[in-house]
Amino acid sequence: MAQTIAPHFSQVAHQFDSAEQQRDAATLGMWIFLATEVMFFGGLFTTYSVYRALHPLAFAEVSRHLNITLGTINTAVLIASSFTMVLAVYGAQHSRRKMLVLCLVLTMLLGSVFLGIKFYEYYQKFVEHFVPGSAFQFPAPYTREAEMFFSLYFLMTGLHALHMIVGLGLLATLTILAWRGRFSSSYYNPVELSGLYWHFVDLIWIFLYPLLYLIGHHLR
Amino acid sequence: MNEAAVSIKTYAFIFVTLLFLTATTFLVSGVDLGGLNAVAALVIAMVKALLVALFFMHLRYSRPLMMVVVAAGLLWLGIMITLTLGDFLTRGWLTYR
Repeated sequence: MAQTIAPHFSQVAHQFDSAEQQRDAATLGMWIFLATEVMFFGGLFTTYSVYRALHPLAFAEVSRHLNITLGTINTAVLIASSFTMVLAVYGAQHSRRKMLVLCLVLTMLLGSVFLGIKFYEYYQKFVEHFVPGSAFQFPAPYTREAEMFFSLYFLMTGLHALHMIVGLGLLATLTILAWRGRFSSSYYNPVELSGLYWHFVDLIWIFLYPLLYLIGHHLR
Repeated sequence: MNEAAVSIKTYAFIFVTLLFLTATTFLVSGVDLGGLNAVAALVIAMVKALLVALFFMHLRYSRPLMMVVVAAGLLWLGIMITLTLGDFLTRGWLTYR
């Protein structure tokens, strides 16, 4: 592969033969990390599967107490943020700095809207005494199953929200670097990898949404 | 094909499809299909996940090695869920006389 950039100006670390090899190595490492994340969330999805299999009717009934409208809006918001993220990567690939910065900011904005709605939902759950613990209240006969459902709800959406916060930190860093013109078509690995992370967080929500919010929808 | 050659049009099409599938899963979940509700929800979620992975995460344009890593992750997830449910769902099968 022809090296068009002088070695001491290139952003290829010395252990790599070419920018392409460096990019492949970085992408592979990110995918391996995401595979471990699958197992991280997988434990919770497995727990969910077990308890839902044991108490299908109770879970459907309790799920009706989640705000389905806000859940659906949040799904659309997160998908939109994935779209702006992929446009940011596109901007980096084509050395379009303004597009990159604008799309990164839009992605952060949409991510913040998601978290804002999520925190409002959490607030509502506190008001309604749906937070597992000594103050937990839920009408019989599903009190215990409801506490299990809400434990899983808070653990799964909480771990997801934590990933969103980490993602926002990554995006903020990227925005500053992009503003300074650090990325171009010859080097945009951090943008591409942060994009993979952001889309992965979107993927998790794509499963959380039907599993938590929609299972009692037909009972309304 | 290089991922840099993917057009904005393709991304926009995937975005609209994802929104459409979200509306679909919402509407389908409102109809009582019995056991099929869970199947429909999971199938739609998997299609959405596949679209995100193939296009937004550029898996379609990446080296096959990335696909191997994804497959390995899903395989281990499958083992965990299958063996765990294999335990819980079959406990009632045993009868003691």
